[in-house]
Amino acid sequence: MFDYEVLRLIWWALLGVLLVAFAITDGFDMGVAAMLPAVARTDGQRRQVINTVGPVWEGNQVWFVLGGGAIFAAWPALYAVSFSGFYLAMFLILSALIIRPVAFKFRSKRDDASWRARWDGALCFSGVVPPLIFGVAVGNVLQGVPFHFDSDLRPFYTGSFFALLNPFALLCGLVSLSMLVLHGATWLQIKADGEPAARARGFGMVAAVVVLVLFAVGGLWVSQIDGYRVVSDLDPLGPSNPLRKEVVTEAGFWLHNYGRYPLLLLVPALGFLGAAMALAGLAWRRGALSFIGSKLSVAAIITTVGASMFPMILPSSSQPGHSLTVWDGSSSEYTLAVMLFATAVLLPLVLLYTAWVYKVLWGRVTEDDVNEDMY
Amino acid sequence: MIDATLVELSRLQFALTAMYHFLFVPLTLGLSFMLAIMESVYVMTGRTVWRDMTKFWGLLFGINFAMGVATGIVMEFQFGTNWAFYSHYVGDVFGAPLAIEGLMAFFLEATLVGLFFFGWDKLSKVQHLAVTWLVALGSNLSALWILIANGWMQNPVGAVFNPDTMRMEIQNFAEVIFNPVAQAKFVHTVAAGYVTGAVFVLAISAFYLLRHRHEALARRSLAVASSFGLAAALSVVVLGDESGYTITDNQKMKLAMIEGMWHTEEAPAPFAVFGVPDREAQTTHYEVKIPWVMGLIATRSFDTEIPGILELLALSEVHIRDGLLAYEALQTLKVEPANADARETFLQHQDYMGYALMLKRYVEDPRDASDQQIASAARDMMPNVAALFWSFRFMVALGFYFILLFGATFYLCSVHRRPPRWLLRVAFWSLPLPWIAAELGWLVAEYGRQPWVIEGVLPTFLGVSSLQVSDLLITIAGFMLLYTVLAVIEVRLMVKYIRRGPDAEGDSGEFSGLSPAFEDNPAWRGQ
Repeated sequence: MFDYEVLRLIWWALLGVLLVAFAITDGFDMGVAAMLPAVARTDGQRRQVINTVGPVWEGNQVWFVLGGGAIFAAWPALYAVSFSGFYLAMFLILSALIIRPVAFKFRSKRDDASWRARWDGALCFSGVVPPLIFGVAVGNVLQGVPFHFDSDLRPFYTGSFFALLNPFALLCGLVSLSMLVLHGATWLQIKADGEPAARARGFGMVAAVVVLVLFAVGGLWVSQIDGYRVVSDLDPLGPSNPLRKEVVTEAGFWLHNYGRYPLLLLVPALGFLGAAMALAGLAWRRGALSFIGSKLSVAAIITTVGASMFPMILPSSSQPGHSLTVWDGSSSEYTLAVMLFATAVLLPLVLLYTAWVYKVLWGRVTEDDVNEDMY
Repeated sequence: MIDATLVELSRLQFALTAMYHFLFVPLTLGLSFMLAIMESVYVMTGRTVWRDMTKFWGLLFGINFAMGVATGIVMEFQFGTNWAFYSHYVGDVFGAPLAIEGLMAFFLEATLVGLFFFGWDKLSKVQHLAVTWLVALGSNLSALWILIANGWMQNPVGAVFNPDTMRMEIQNFAEVIFNPVAQAKFVHTVAAGYVTGAVFVLAISAFYLLRHRHEALARRSLAVASSFGLAAALSVVVLGDESGYTITDNQKMKLAMIEGMWHTEEAPAPFAVFGVPDREAQTTHYEVKIPWVMGLIATRSFDTEIPGILELLALSEVHIRDGLLAYEALQTLKVEPANADARETFLQHQDYMGYALMLKRYVEDPRDASDQQIASAARDMMPNVAALFWSFRFMVALGFYFILLFGATFYLCSVHRRPPRWLLRVAFWSLPLPWIAAELGWLVAEYGRQPWVIEGVLPTFLGVSSLQVSDLLITIAGFMLLYTVLAVIEVRLMVKYIRRGPDAEGDSGEFSGLSPAFEDNPAWRGQ
């Protein structure tokens, strides 16, 4: 039905869809968790805030697991190189994601202030660390990551954990964190009330300004750093072997796609627009407007990264020729087709019952509710 | 050459995290179905005790489920972090079932489990029941796809090595899904999960009956557990036999190991009930054998021979030499992808290329291997006999014990109004046994596959990521710390809630719907 080139393009787009879906759904509950100690002061308020995400965070987190599975199945070389290369960073993320489910579940199980305070701290950690590290990782990917393959395609990573923490990557980490804090804040505008919602509004407005400023700074910075350009022929229908091409670095090349297809500029523009909408919504106390705005901004900022780098997926700074691209980093044509079929059948079902769950749980959670409900 | 310490530590970390994760999985599998059964009775009869049972066991289910989710996330990413070469080599095949698992199963259970806890007042009875059944279905489908992936590691069908991409690629996805090993493993594993759930409910109900607490709830739970458990325990043994039957084609070495059978025996082979396998002397001391049994279990015939360990080792050497031809052709193909002769040679011998890769433990380039190194590599195909021999026997003994336990409680529950106290005590003390059996089963399956990570295709030691030993030490220490703390908290919470029982009105709120004094509820008093 589709040829290999189209399948690869679809799976590149689906990778983006999964990341965006993860950031939009799990993003608000991470943002909420990150702000928890600050926006909710009493135990009743904390339970109120936690209960706004309590029934849904678990399903949201599946987007992350699914993203991992989809990268494994559709982009196995990317899965192998990135997760083993960012080893200790991945460990930090995994620790946060191990602590999160149990913190949600165990917090309410004892009526003891210090027990609950510890789990609140754990929730805050698990809300701050993953967005920060994901952002730092993206910042490193944009600059290129030191890896190469041997002739058996065994990947070798030659960087270190601390080298990941460079200024540009930290900037990306901050963009990522503040965009999810904003997202969490707008969520609380529609799902909570009282003091927590009011405090979240303040944090959200600050976060929106930070997103607007840092995203702009990031754009200017990207125009200075080296992008990666494929200079040899790269057959979109060829076998996935990343050793058969030539790549050079070129300052500002990440803006190249926007020159070729000016319409793409809409993507980063929507990133700014979304954050501005969220800011306006918070200022005018329009919860729905702010939530839609923060969703838009999260989606557009992530898509901007993909659009700037296409067809590059994971550039190598030490052996640019070994970089992974859409055309030589995918699974086989057969596997991509099978997986696409499975996704086409199953994803609509997932969206259907997820929507049903949100509908059942529709409405604000007030502080009075939590006294008879869980968490 | 790959650092042997790195390999050992990577294996250790995987074993630790997988076995830890597998402490929570079987209970989720079993308990989710039992919750669905209990709630079905509630919806059909309208008796609130059944709803209270669903809520009480559901609370314990929730604590366990959170741990299963938390530790399962690590599994999804650990292939990439610690087994990068493996991930690239087989990701085209192995990744697909994992991704489908997320899409079809994990999404279902994780999205709906929130409604199970929060939805009692928001949904109609039937809607809530549907949610509970879908959570059970989701967790069982999850096991299906994970075991399809794992079954492929044991019996890699439907895929072939592509010299252009240097990895295994799917040829026929239906073969991967309907892999007989995967199917047998799936039914055996979920049945083991049902046994675990049933023993859990049985033991805790027995505890209440011994203390004369919550008798109405405990008696009904005991009845559900013993009938569900009896069916499950019978299936786990029968279906385990099915697993034994399926490994005979593709994992002869594992079978010979389990049996401690050094030489090919005349058909039908006997089954050794007891023995002390000795790796050095290549013999099993003090064997007690039952004639014919092994031949019947493994081949279901009187005349098919089962090869012994030593015969299989001799065959390995032949395979290595065959595989070297494929390896050599592949080296040519790396530089001249269009070389037709090399491609032809490769196609002829590719089935055994994995055997040539075994030599990489001794030489950088397998083509330079000496005869002695080939002999050593062949000897490596023999895992630890004694460990497998005993793990298997304990697992099987436990399997039969569960049939007895459930059979006795089932019989005595139906004949007498309540089982005698001695049986309740036995039931209570049986609580840890299903976990031991499940971990032993994991050991037989995974440790028994060594030295392969993909049987006959990829040696385990080649699969690792190019990490530093220090990286592994940090993460092993980190996981152990995290997991130990969580284990302590989880066990204490479980004990606390079991002690407190279903009728105390707690601060958790999760039971807010329970009537505090439901033991006095006239609707079912005296039944």
